[in-house]
Amino acid sequence: MAAPAQRRIIFQHIDEPGYSNDLACYVRNGGYEVLKKSVTRPPAELIDEVKKSGLRGRGGAGFPCGVKWGLVDRKSGKPIYLIVNADESEPGTFKDRYIMHQDPHQLIEGTMISCFANNVKQAYIYIRGEMPHGARILERAIAEARAAGFVGKNICGTTYSCDIFVHRGAGAYICGEETGLIESLEGKRANPRIKPPYFPAVLGLYQCPTIVNNVETLCHVKYIAEHGGDAFTKIGTPNNTGTRIFCVSGHVQRPGYYEFEAGKITMGQLLNEVCGGPLPGRTFKAVIPGGSSAKILRFGERFKGKRKVGAEMVDYDWGVDDVPMDFDSLGMIGTMGGSGGVIVMDDTVNMVEALANINAFYSHESCGQCTPCREGSLWMKKITTRMVHGQARNEDAALLKSVADQIPGRTICAFGEACSWPTQSFIAKFGDEFKQYPETKKAAKPVGAHELV
Amino acid sequence: MIAPPKPDLVTVNIDGKEIAVPKGTNVIEAARLVNVDVPHYCYHPKLTIVGNCRMCLIEMGMPAVDPATKAPIIDPVTGKPKINWIPRPQIGCGTNVSPGLHVKTTSPMVKDAREGVMEFLLINHPLDCPICDQAGECKLQEQSTGYGRGYSRFVEQKNVKPKRTQLGPRVTLDDERCILCSRCIRFSKEIAKDDVLGFVDRGSYSTLTCFPGKQLANNYSLNTVDICPVGALTSTDFRFKMRVWFLKQTNSIDTETSVGANTVVWSREGQIYRLTPRRNDDVNDTWMPDSGRELFKSVMSADRLAATTHLDARVAQAAELFNLNASAGSIAVVGSGRSSVEEQFLTKKLAAALKASTQLVSRVGQGDQLLISADRNPNVRGALVTGLISKLPKIGDAPAASRSANGDAAVPIRTGGLTDLAASIDAGKVKVVVSIGEDLVAAGLTAAQLAKVSVVYLGTHANTSSAAAKIVFPTLSVFEKNGTFVNQQFRLQKFAKAVPGPQGATDDLIVLAKLTAAASSAAMASDLGSLWKLISAEVPAFATTSYAQLPETGILIDATPFAALPFVEGETLHYKPAAPAVALTP
Amino acid sequence: MNLKPATLHSIDEVITHYPVKRSATLPLLHLIQEDVGYLPPETCEWVAAKLELQPINVLEVITFYPMFRQKPIGRRHIKVCRTLSCALLGGYKTCEQFEKEFNTHRGEVSPGGEVTIDFVECLASCGTAPVVLIDDDLHEKVDCAKAKQLSDQIKAEAKKR
Ligand SMILES: Cc1cc2nc3c(=O)[nH]c(=O)nc-3n(C[C@H](O)[C@H](O)[C@H](O)COP(=O)(O)O)c2cc1C
Ligand code: SF4
Ligand code: SF4
Ligand code: FES
Ligand code: FES
Repeated sequence: MAAPAQRRIIFQHIDEPGYSNDLACYVRNGGYEVLKKSVTRPPAELIDEVKKSGLRGRGGAGFPCGVKWGLVDRKSGKPIYLIVNADESEPGTFKDRYIMHQDPHQLIEGTMISCFANNVKQAYIYIRGEMPHGARILERAIAEARAAGFVGKNICGTTYSCDIFVHRGAGAYICGEETGLIESLEGKRANPRIKPPYFPAVLGLYQCPTIVNNVETLCHVKYIAEHGGDAFTKIGTPNNTGTRIFCVSGHVQRPGYYEFEAGKITMGQLLNEVCGGPLPGRTFKAVIPGGSSAKILRFGERFKGKRKVGAEMVDYDWGVDDVPMDFDSLGMIGTMGGSGGVIVMDDTVNMVEALANINAFYSHESCGQCTPCREGSLWMKKITTRMVHGQARNEDAALLKSVADQIPGRTICAFGEACSWPTQSFIAKFGDEFKQYPETKKAAKPVGAHELV
Repeated sequence: MIAPPKPDLVTVNIDGKEIAVPKGTNVIEAARLVNVDVPHYCYHPKLTIVGNCRMCLIEMGMPAVDPATKAPIIDPVTGKPKINWIPRPQIGCGTNVSPGLHVKTTSPMVKDAREGVMEFLLINHPLDCPICDQAGECKLQEQSTGYGRGYSRFVEQKNVKPKRTQLGPRVTLDDERCILCSRCIRFSKEIAKDDVLGFVDRGSYSTLTCFPGKQLANNYSLNTVDICPVGALTSTDFRFKMRVWFLKQTNSIDTETSVGANTVVWSREGQIYRLTPRRNDDVNDTWMPDSGRELFKSVMSADRLAATTHLDARVAQAAELFNLNASAGSIAVVGSGRSSVEEQFLTKKLAAALKASTQLVSRVGQGDQLLISADRNPNVRGALVTGLISKLPKIGDAPAASRSANGDAAVPIRTGGLTDLAASIDAGKVKVVVSIGEDLVAAGLTAAQLAKVSVVYLGTHANTSSAAAKIVFPTLSVFEKNGTFVNQQFRLQKFAKAVPGPQGATDDLIVLAKLTAAASSAAMASDLGSLWKLISAEVPAFATTSYAQLPETGILIDATPFAALPFVEGETLHYKPAAPAVALTP
Repeated sequence: MNLKPATLHSIDEVITHYPVKRSATLPLLHLIQEDVGYLPPETCEWVAAKLELQPINVLEVITFYPMFRQKPIGRRHIKVCRTLSCALLGGYKTCEQFEKEFNTHRGEVSPGGEVTIDFVECLASCGTAPVVLIDDDLHEKVDCAKAKQLSDQIKAEAKKR
């Protein structure tokens, strides 16, 4: 079956010749019309549209945005804050970057609509430190929008006022975790908070109710405010509404970002047709479908079970190629859609070495607060690095698995899962490769294989 | 009578045991109430909860309810309410009780979680317990035997961190042993209000540090040693001096100020090795000042007084002196706010028998709003309650040296309260002064005034007054005897004898009883049991109190008769003055 | 601390962005680092005084975030992405190429002080791997040849100074 065409809602203008990131260009293309209309509507109506739309967060967890907004404590009398999570640091993810660099006003408009809907008077965009240009572009765009009355005092001539400031991170992945982000925005080490009691919706920034949403999520809000929640549900598939941006990297012919209706394209279509298939002379070996913490899939494995299609339960029997790219299908086969980062590995890749690369990332990024993640992530890194650069032992696979099993579900934040799922899934699916590694190491590397750690 | 309001109670089930606990209690504390130990490191009852060590993981569930009727669902097999168990463990420290909460602390899930955490904590920890100073008091050592896996699977290189850093004058840090629980950081920030500790670097390389150029030097620094669950923070003074399991523990009271922090004296074979705080949630929580921990050192000092003559000979000598000055007012008794309630009671008896005037030496300094109050006497309230004095002693003048002192210097303690006595001596009325451990010169008498009187001195250490005294009765320090104090809250608290007194020293109560007997020619009790019978009979506030039944954390006594007095204390932990504190003018 | 008037002005401005001064810690550190090139030893005390904090609060932050440095670096900062997608397409070789070009090692200042090369984690441009951030500018698909070309450019610019 041929892959469907891209449906560019969010990336409509990305890479469009002649499209620039200034206000004039945005307005020429109909920009801020949705905000103008939105501020004349009752805020509750906007929240309802988002609820109706079924929009799920694009930051990784896929939590329904309307539900999140519904949890906000509106009775406390404290100000409500909105934070745009622009930390984009899950390896394999590169979508927010392009929105912010090429179409910043889209984000600002979506943010202002969300702020208006939630009676937010102050928003912050937390952008990762390694995007200095992005931060400057956003700052300039906000200044333009402020001057034009879309941000700041008396937005679009109403009595509603709300400002946005850009806040830069400084190179810590854990700032993407929403409570770590809040701590960082408060000027501290980005140590995630325990939940309970510190749910952002109740005790977030400065202990006030706070909404944290991903960049892409807020752009979808703009679309929903414009077209309505019902229209949004017509895009994508039930419970996986709207479009998804897939960031494909690694061993494919045409890596890049592609926006499709959620669930309407399969992994195989995405990788083979859209991305042009494997590099010449190579075959696909494995793919991580939702950012590096998502569990890995092995080409050749099969997934069987029953799933709901409409009102019916239907049998499915999928290879990796057959899996529809949406939250629920990927969840069903034991991994996740996450942030949309699809990392592809071909037959030149040794899985021990790939895991060693990933483990080095997570041990470097653990905030170090809680014992299982802090010690476990470094231990796994030490084992896999030793396997590659020192002595590899037959028992290392079992040890790795056991160490990884002691982490998830026992930590303060979901980094515990993020850092252990790779090891768990690599061992589960490529266990033999780990056991054989002492032998593999002695042999010559496949042609074209790169050093990974 | 109106029934006392019932605190909001919540019934929970811990390992099958039902218990009603106050709302807001966390699972660790609730479990403690049914004698279930939930191991923990980062949780400390008096600090904010951060939930970082993950040692206190428990399995938790709530009764299932029918979504339509909200009625509890009964399990058809057991006939009991069905419990929905949460599939992943939760932290006991950060989980507060809610009605119907069910907790398992020994299920396979919990055991597995603990084993995992223990293993993780140990992989980067030195395994040299036999040479660690914390051995015997280490929660890690304790719990690794209780909950650990018992062997090591870690073959990688351990992290290297700084060893033996001097964090301040009294605290030493071994970063390799630190388990990053952040208790010491939270204590410094939240309790001592001296935010100098923190973690630098990240992940497993996170390292506890004092800000370079600063020191952990505040007067509460040693509390970090007490609360460090492992051997990372140690007392520079106590380090490696003695294994704790050899030491005997005796409950005592910090005598520095009227706060009356509860303490433990650690001793062996008559020698004291250290003082540590003892938890009292109404007084000092789990803390005490560093300065109070030093107090035992004077016990062994060279200037301890020791008698060379027989006690009875000296008592007879005193009786003679008393007889020669039998007219009312020619003897003055200088009592002490450092004496115990029992001693003050006897001091009053002695003064009555001698028809002597009584006064108390005041000691007033600056409070620190925590556990050092402005009143540097531990037991002025006792003197009021026993009737030894009826009004507060006058505040002395600032010592001469301090008048030019700059702003940062500690405000010196003003010792005084003897102006009336000085006047009476100058007037030639008073001929004999009986001082209960108070140095009269330090308290404001001049050398000339001292020369005009015969001094009978009871005390522990040599000073100008003991040197000038006609008769000296060497007595015992607080560590060498039993008794009680009344702190600033009017809480009666007891202390106990930890070590024997030195040769030639006599219990103050015996000396006072003998002197009283000599002055009144009637026997006087000197043992606490008999004395307390007298005290209860004579002192209204103690009417229902008995020494034997006094709880270790003390009891509040009726303070209403003294409500109007201008006490010097400002606010400290668990104490708010009735009226604003008396301001000290320089 | 000797900061440019413009930096001081930005510092005072950015503090107004937050209802709680402490929030300005990261922005201040960025501004100081941009001005001075690194965070000199007096930074902690200076920022603490400015934001009514304790110096340790600032030190804790500086050492948590890898972008903050307490030592001077080379005139140019070459950050090569180390993470999986870049490594799969030769990120390690790219880094080695830079090291060879400037006769130095990652984490060190090159002889002559022209560059500091660092391995960093995913720069969120995995689709154009391997990527390299040189000062503020992202360079995409940096294979060895392109690394050489970028190095030559840096060297040429250095000569012009
Ligand atoms: C370790 C970790 C890293 C994360 N990194 C990011 C990130 O870089 N960007 C992001 O938007 N969300 C990230 N998240 C998810 C956020 O915590 C949060 O769920 C999200 O910002 C919510 O926005 P959404 O509901 O719009 O997706 C991360 C979560 C975890 C546990
Ligand atoms: S799970 Fe890891 S990243 Fe999250 S709080 Fe714990 S140590 Fe920090
Ligand atoms: S030194 Fe002790 S109290 Fe402080 S963080 Fe380390 S283990 Fe905890
Ligand atoms: S005691 Fe440390 S997490 Fe609960
Ligand atoms: S892995 Fe290099 S940019 Fe993402």
